Amino acid sequence: MPVSLLWAVDVYGRVYSLSTAGQQWEQCRDAQMEFKRVTAAQQCCWGIACDNNIYLNVHASDLPVRYQEETYENQRWNPVDGFSERLLPSDRWQWSDVTGLQHQPLDSFQLPSSSWEWEGDWYVDENFEGEPTEKGGWSYAIDFPATYTKDKKWNSCVRRRRWLRYRRYKAMDTWAKIPSQQTTLPDPFSDISCGGWEISEEPRGRLSLWAVSLQGKVWFRDGIYHHNPEGSLWEEVFLPGEVIQISCGPGDLVWAVLWEGQLIVREGISRDCPKGSSWAVVESPSPDVGAIHVAVGINVVWAVTKDNKVWFRRGVNSHNPCGSGWIGMVGEMITINVGLNDQVWAINCEDRAVYFRQGVTSSELSGKTWKAITVPRDGDRSHSSASANSLQSAGCYFCGEVRAQSVVSDAESDTEKGSADGANSSNPPTDPPKPRIPKVTSDSFISELVSDREPGKSSRDTGSAPPSGGPLDPQWSNVDLEEAQQAQTVAVQDTADTCSLSSVATYTLAMEDPYGADEHPLWAWVSGGGCSVDSHSQLNWFNFSMNTLVSSVQSMSLSVSPAQTAAWRRQIFEQLSERTKREMDNFRHYEQAVEQSVWVKKGTMQWWRDWKPHKWIDVHFALEQFSGPDGNKDGILFIYYNYYEEKKYLHAFINEVTILVPVLNDSKHTFAIYTPERTKQRWPIRLAAATELEMHDWLALLSVSCCDSRGIHGPPSKQAIWSITCKGDIFISEPSPGLEAMPYPTPCDQMFWRQVGGHLRVVECNSVGIVWGIGYDHTAWVHTGGYGGGFFQGLASSTDNIYTQTDVKSVYIYENQRWNPVTGYTNSYKYCSPELSQTKRVSDWAIDYSVSGGTDREGWQFAADFPASYHGYKTMKDFVRRRRWARKCKLTTTGPWQEIPPIPLSDVTILPCTAQSSVDVIPVWAISNKGDVLCRLGVTALTPAGSSWLHVGTDQPFKSISIGAASQVWAIARDGSAFYRGSVSARSPAGDCWYHIPSPAKQKLKQVSVGRTSVYTVDENGNLWYRQGVTPSYPQGSSWEHISNNVRKVSVGPLDQVWIIADKVQGSHSLSCGTVCHRLGVQPVEPKGQSWDYGIGGGWDHITVRGNSVEPPRLRLPSLTDPSSRSPVPVRNTEVNGVGN
Amino acid sequence: MADDKDVLRDVWFGRIPTCFTLNQDEVTEREAEPYYLLLPRVSYLTLVTDKVKKHFLKVMRAEDVEEMWFEYEGTPLKWHYPIGVLFDLHASNNVLPWSITVHFKNFPDHDLLHCPSNSVIEAHFMSSIKEADALKHKSQVVNDMQKKDHKQLWMGLQNGETHTPPILKRRPQTTMSDRPFIQKLFRPVSPEGSAHSLGDLLKEMYPDAITNDGEQKRYQVVIHGIEPLLETPLQWLSEHLSHPDNFLHICVIPVPTD
Repeated sequence: MPVSLLWAVDVYGRVYSLSTAGQQWEQCRDAQMEFKRVTAAQQCCWGIACDNNIYLNVHASDLPVRYQEETYENQRWNPVDGFSERLLPSDRWQWSDVTGLQHQPLDSFQLPSSSWEWEGDWYVDENFEGEPTEKGGWSYAIDFPATYTKDKKWNSCVRRRRWLRYRRYKAMDTWAKIPSQQTTLPDPFSDISCGGWEISEEPRGRLSLWAVSLQGKVWFRDGIYHHNPEGSLWEEVFLPGEVIQISCGPGDLVWAVLWEGQLIVREGISRDCPKGSSWAVVESPSPDVGAIHVAVGINVVWAVTKDNKVWFRRGVNSHNPCGSGWIGMVGEMITINVGLNDQVWAINCEDRAVYFRQGVTSSELSGKTWKAITVPRDGDRSHSSASANSLQSAGCYFCGEVRAQSVVSDAESDTEKGSADGANSSNPPTDPPKPRIPKVTSDSFISELVSDREPGKSSRDTGSAPPSGGPLDPQWSNVDLEEAQQAQTVAVQDTADTCSLSSVATYTLAMEDPYGADEHPLWAWVSGGGCSVDSHSQLNWFNFSMNTLVSSVQSMSLSVSPAQTAAWRRQIFEQLSERTKREMDNFRHYEQAVEQSVWVKKGTMQWWRDWKPHKWIDVHFALEQFSGPDGNKDGILFIYYNYYEEKKYLHAFINEVTILVPVLNDSKHTFAIYTPERTKQRWPIRLAAATELEMHDWLALLSVSCCDSRGIHGPPSKQAIWSITCKGDIFISEPSPGLEAMPYPTPCDQMFWRQVGGHLRVVECNSVGIVWGIGYDHTAWVHTGGYGGGFFQGLASSTDNIYTQTDVKSVYIYENQRWNPVTGYTNSYKYCSPELSQTKRVSDWAIDYSVSGGTDREGWQFAADFPASYHGYKTMKDFVRRRRWARKCKLTTTGPWQEIPPIPLSDVTILPCTAQSSVDVIPVWAISNKGDVLCRLGVTALTPAGSSWLHVGTDQPFKSISIGAASQVWAIARDGSAFYRGSVSARSPAGDCWYHIPSPAKQKLKQVSVGRTSVYTVDENGNLWYRQGVTPSYPQGSSWEHISNNVRKVSVGPLDQVWIIADKVQGSHSLSCGTVCHRLGVQPVEPKGQSWDYGIGGGWDHITVRGNSVEPPRLRLPSLTDPSSRSPVPVRNTEVNGVGN
Repeated sequence: MADDKDVLRDVWFGRIPTCFTLNQDEVTEREAEPYYLLLPRVSYLTLVTDKVKKHFLKVMRAEDVEEMWFEYEGTPLKWHYPIGVLFDLHASNNVLPWSITVHFKNFPDHDLLHCPSNSVIEAHFMSSIKEADALKHKSQVVNDMQKKDHKQLWMGLQNGETHTPPILKRRPQTTMSDRPFIQKLFRPVSPEGSAHSLGDLLKEMYPDAITNDGEQKRYQVVIHGIEPLLETPLQWLSEHLSHPDNFLHICVIPVPTD
């Protein structure tokens, strides 16, 4: 889970944030003034400051916030000047918007606020509907307004071109004032609440911001979305009374508290109307005492009444925003806040501490208990930094182990700390103890105070060395200067005076200190809207005491990687391998004490029978395992069934099984078993287990048997081929050396695939072993080098490197209706699919508007009849309509994957290296889910996740990207055109500019893959194209050549090998969609290859062969004389079964 | 970088080459050939010697056969210790293969437990697991394990199967060293929170085993046929080098004087 922040304001108006990974409140240092309230979303935090203005703090990201301004330049032809700016009086302005109705000269564009800056000057957009135009970017038409074409014709009388300019939001990670653009804002704001990001599709990053003024009016901030974080204007919302406080949830819930103590609920909030339409009144929980505070989430409402009692509203959801009744809860709070995942925070009215509601789950929304967050603040004494070491030492001070108050012992402890830190090893242990400020004695807080400042800075500014003479400790954080000087003077006096005071004195002194004034922070406001935790999160916010600290430090030191390289570990590995040599290698000829007797596991299952009519029948299933003479294990699978009362069986040799695939099925837990023969038939053995657990048991056992029989163990090799099924399951195959051999490669239906844990939509790799994945929820993941996870256990899974992985997938159903003249549209019929145990529903069914073909306002699509092509508007001929409902399901599993926060991605590509290349920093490019092009910095074989993103500007969102072995970067824009990035090199990792490459005629491209030299693209109609004429001096190439149709995806590897996911592959029994295919006959002189070889499928969604850089064995052609050499048929037994022997 | 998993593989796949010879005193009808076998280190003698028995029975008269037992250089081998432990204790510094003498007579009742059938070994094995578990986790784990899991563990052992091993989680652990035999629970983490090492354990249990500076090394500390460094964390050892019975068997043996 990525790190996120909980925000809070203390009673002095100081803003603090607490990281989910942290153990202390960090003060927001750049807040120049005190704040009254804050409200957080994941990407930003809003606040009302003491000057009553609203401030916005947008969290810095590698992805800049950019806004594209555009305007059109219009010209008309006249016989004298040719095309000129002299237009007819009836024409549009010379500079206008796209419709021509708005006058928009270039200089009319102003930056909306001081938080913005221009990225560059205006320039002409030369891309016209996905195609490059003639120089100048003009498009032509007969007249305004009309259809424009990029070519000038004899009758082109007018022309226009688009000018672009970007502005960039620069006020990142700082509180920027929201300009109050209107004079109509009557009175200052007293409350704000943001939310609503889940009511529309996420990529736009829309937010609803509600504010309450001192007079009790409610305002809605319109136009806040990713490219316009400040929003555009305030709109007043009319009210039945005077509001004192308002709360807006992540979804469509908005509640407010009236002055009189009732609550009002906003109704009619939807995707099209985030502001809602009307208010409904809900009475206060208690008849005598009015409500004073309300907080809403997605499906919950919490309220506090004037007597500080806490209430939970039953039965709230988006269909019933008012809920059904109040339940009184334990605890007395002054405010309450609901954050992400309906988690709840509150501030207790007695100790003013922030409490977290524990045990809030989707099935138990009211949670179990309140638990205080007890972490200290960064300004608190003895916590000069967040490093575990200083915390550990801090723990020592707290536990009362104050040592003898002599200067010597102080120095001792100080050196101890120094050595424990390891950070200030520059600090020689022979330092004279005298000038040190003692850390453990009575004035310890002062030394900590001093250590809070940066001594270097203060000494430079004051012109005198700090009297403490302490070492320059890099972990000290910087506070403003004035305080530092004061503290230092105090420190001087105190070192002289109070060295021998007891620890009691420490306490009193601490009380006088402005930073340590309140031993317990007193909180006024908390906001969890940006804090991504749930009931399973591991938080270090509670039980902040000595013991947990030490143990956490301990466990950290146990798990850190130096242990991996420790001498003891090396010794064990060396000795074990010596032992194996000594005791086993010379005695291989000895008989085993225990011959592997046949080992049988039996069970009952259902089998999709081979003969018609196909249906599930009950079968007995048995796996018989035995070890072969060479000690290798092998086995046979038996399926016993009845055929017309006759007992029969079907069998498969474990060493012939090429894959075990879990299959998506609505009502059963099914998996399929393939052999090369079955792959050719497109007809696997389909089995269904009674329970999911049983299926996983079998899959785990069978896959271990398969791996054993082929001698495949451990993590995937760097050359491995990765693929993903439509269910999100990840499979890897170790390429045999002959896989890319010419002319007789290993047939790809013989490739053996094994599963690794995790759930992904896209996976990309290269031959250095860097593997990135992207989940269905666009989260980026990096492979840790491990294997197993998921349902694999024991030796089939690595112990290190396995982490929890979550993904959110949408499940769709269609609602279909037919129109009849009497009743209109009939009732809907829908069907529902069962939920898997790994998955958890996280949202309710909601209408999905993002269906291809478009929808009307209610999400309907229309057609003449089922099934047909649908469109988003009703015509006379349409008699049926349908709409798609989507529901998000969250899936939790484990696998060798670690998250790369925070930017969600839609595509990624890693430079394919040749086997002998020695690239240190490996270029990785990606596309964010908003379509931004990104370049990852700092990716090496040792740090496969890299360090940060570099944003690469584009004029439009992109959707696919690929980098070739010579750093040639190709990308596909959302409009279906291709782009080539110029001058990408190790020195200039992001290149300099985009070259627009026209797409094949009338086709919109959707995906690109670049190998060593070959460039292949796939268009939206499933055509595969090869780029002709690509040379080192002209890397853009000259034209597209059609290779194949029915292609869904292409992956070109470092050997220029071409693999695709194909649709409609006909087998001897059946047809499959989503099939892995390998291009045969690809060679340097023939990069387009000749034909396809069909491998595993259907149901495959993705493949990458970009790790396989193993040059095939040089071909000798004795094949005609030597019958045992590579011909397609014998290869099957020698190559595949021989893997790993 | 080798994965810690590989250690588990080595531990579970360890084999000791052994030569079984029939005791000279046994009456045979014809001369008994020695019998060579690879014994799994983590299994038990009586569990894996069916072949040995069959081999020697061929040359013996049925009436001369009593319960089979094994002896190495005069020491009867206790079948209820894992084979690897027996080997490390008695024969680790000698030439391979390990030469074991097979007896069918004069069962040394005072040294060895009788072992009439595999179910006795199973019972012993399960009780070891439970004992280890009781020491380690107050028997939470085994009691929570289903009957089928017990069986699976046992079946695996019997068949030399190794891919379904440790269902048990290994946490604070017990150690058993030998001569004299010590069995004790030892926490891998000190009350101060620092990790205990193998050396810490020996210091407490068997201080003699530690070689002080300037001293000649007197004892070898052997686990699974290897001598880990004394600074090796016990936690790691317990997690990776425990036997299937869930004990970490540490053999302390005198350095051979020759």
